[in-house]
Amino acid sequence: MLIPKNYANQMRTRILVKVVESFYKNRFETADEIPIDLRPKDYDSSRCCIYKDRAVLKYRLMAAMGFTPNEETNEAMSLREYGKEALKRQNHAKSCLSVIDIACSACVKSQYMVTDACRGCFARPCVMNCPKQAISFVNGRSHIDPDLCVSCGKCMEVCPYHAIVKLPVPCEEACPVSAIKKDENGVEHIDEEACISCGKCLQSCPFGAIVERSQLVDVLNLIHNSDKKVVAMLAPAIVGQFPFELNQVVGALKKLGFDDVVEVAAGADITSTNEAAEFVERMEAGAQFMTTSCCPAYYRATKVHVPEIQPFVSHTKTPMYYTAEMLKKEQPDCISVFVGPCLAKRNEAEYDPNVDYVLTFEEIGAMFVGAKVEIADCEPMEFAKVSSAQGRKYPLSGGVAGAVGHLVEGKVDYRPERIDGLTKENIKLLKKYATKGCEANMIEVMCCEGGCIAGPGCISLAKKATKQVESYVEKGQNQKDMK
Amino acid sequence: MEKIEVKICAGTACFVMGAPQIQALEFSAPEDIADRIEIVEVRCMNHCNKGSGYNKGPFVEVNGELIEEATMEKVVAKIRELIAKEDEENC
Repeated sequence: MLIPKNYANQMRTRILVKVVESFYKNRFETADEIPIDLRPKDYDSSRCCIYKDRAVLKYRLMAAMGFTPNEETNEAMSLREYGKEALKRQNHAKSCLSVIDIACSACVKSQYMVTDACRGCFARPCVMNCPKQAISFVNGRSHIDPDLCVSCGKCMEVCPYHAIVKLPVPCEEACPVSAIKKDENGVEHIDEEACISCGKCLQSCPFGAIVERSQLVDVLNLIHNSDKKVVAMLAPAIVGQFPFELNQVVGALKKLGFDDVVEVAAGADITSTNEAAEFVERMEAGAQFMTTSCCPAYYRATKVHVPEIQPFVSHTKTPMYYTAEMLKKEQPDCISVFVGPCLAKRNEAEYDPNVDYVLTFEEIGAMFVGAKVEIADCEPMEFAKVSSAQGRKYPLSGGVAGAVGHLVEGKVDYRPERIDGLTKENIKLLKKYATKGCEANMIEVMCCEGGCIAGPGCISLAKKATKQVESYVEKGQNQKDMK
Repeated sequence: MEKIEVKICAGTACFVMGAPQIQALEFSAPEDIADRIEIVEVRCMNHCNKGSGYNKGPFVEVNGELIEEATMEKVVAKIRELIAKEDEENC
């Protein structure tokens, strides 16, 4: 499911911009003004009143500063104090998604409902097709008994007037692994063990109630208040995230204060080489199929939710891993910051000692705005290491499998299949493949539909960004021809 | 008939603040306005250096009329308003 941009996630960008602005202005001295700035007195409120809007904003701002709302021990603690606390922090806390309980609207439990459009017809297919006899006629109209209903949706399908609707719980519907559930008050909670950090709930909540702990302030602080070298590792999905030439974006990152910028597409080339070798080896050993492993949300899902597929999952490391490894070999004392479209990368980074911080494109965008860096005015700068066409194509669905295919061509039989978007249905499909086998022998799994280019940390429209990535791919050389 | 010019600012600030969502007009404009508009992507129009600055972004100009904190909804409403005016003058 592709989640459109809306006011709730647009507000997230504004919040990040405000945090950056406040950092530069006076290191959060006046941070308590931000909720008022964003929701002034004469503004139409989005919830019951502007005061509730501001209260929710305070929690969202806390998350942007790197705290989770449910860590709150002292309600009176001000944003200024949280800001100061964030600046003192040496290591960022474990990343996680969480729900702001006062912002969660406690949507009614997912159910089917008969609307006023019901005409109480003679055919009554809803009654006839309900497998649980949950539908009866009350006052000349169809009525669903909630205790008997099993939410199969047959009545909705057969109603000739489209009079029956499904009332979903958007976050629960978006979560591919059922990690978000209601408590006894109807408020949603995320089970950290089950969560794969894909960020789909955060994107889908219409009340902006789900937040993620950001590492933005930590990185700003390192750039400006330490003598350590801070290096940005740019994920290949960066192409198309800003309407400027890539080398100008690199220049802009340097202007922001990053000491160096490296391209993760170069690490992707190592992933391709190793994954191709692994594929050939596995196929020659008689394996049925292999799946990719570079999508961290999928990788985590295989650990927790689809253990049966683990023997088929590639052991090759991700482009981020190889890029960070190369970087730390060259500059062991630097601070490495992965910049990408992905929230699950934060989780991966926790297990990778070479990756110190993870930011999203949205957070980098907010840094540009808050620090008043206009990309168009920045000096273009080139990457030291040139990436191949295949490495550049990683962020598009089909890109990873395509890169492996390119390298194994003529060596072994190669039958690719894409799983474009991790949904509840696709998880079932993967389980089936693991137990019953499948036609293809190379399965690429991407959690975000369309590939990383449609990740929750992206700024650009996926459609436009895809075109830009494609043109960048065309300018690259084939990996086979590079040496 | 002259097309209505929709200038979408694609300077860094406007882009980050939400201009891409308005760029979607290129692919998915409502039918009644799709043929009547011309979308122009422009570099910073300098509105962010005046008044309350980039916080009022993204900025869009529809036939020269400025829309602050532009959203698809606001821009489409403005376009419809101008089309209605034009059609009235033409009859």
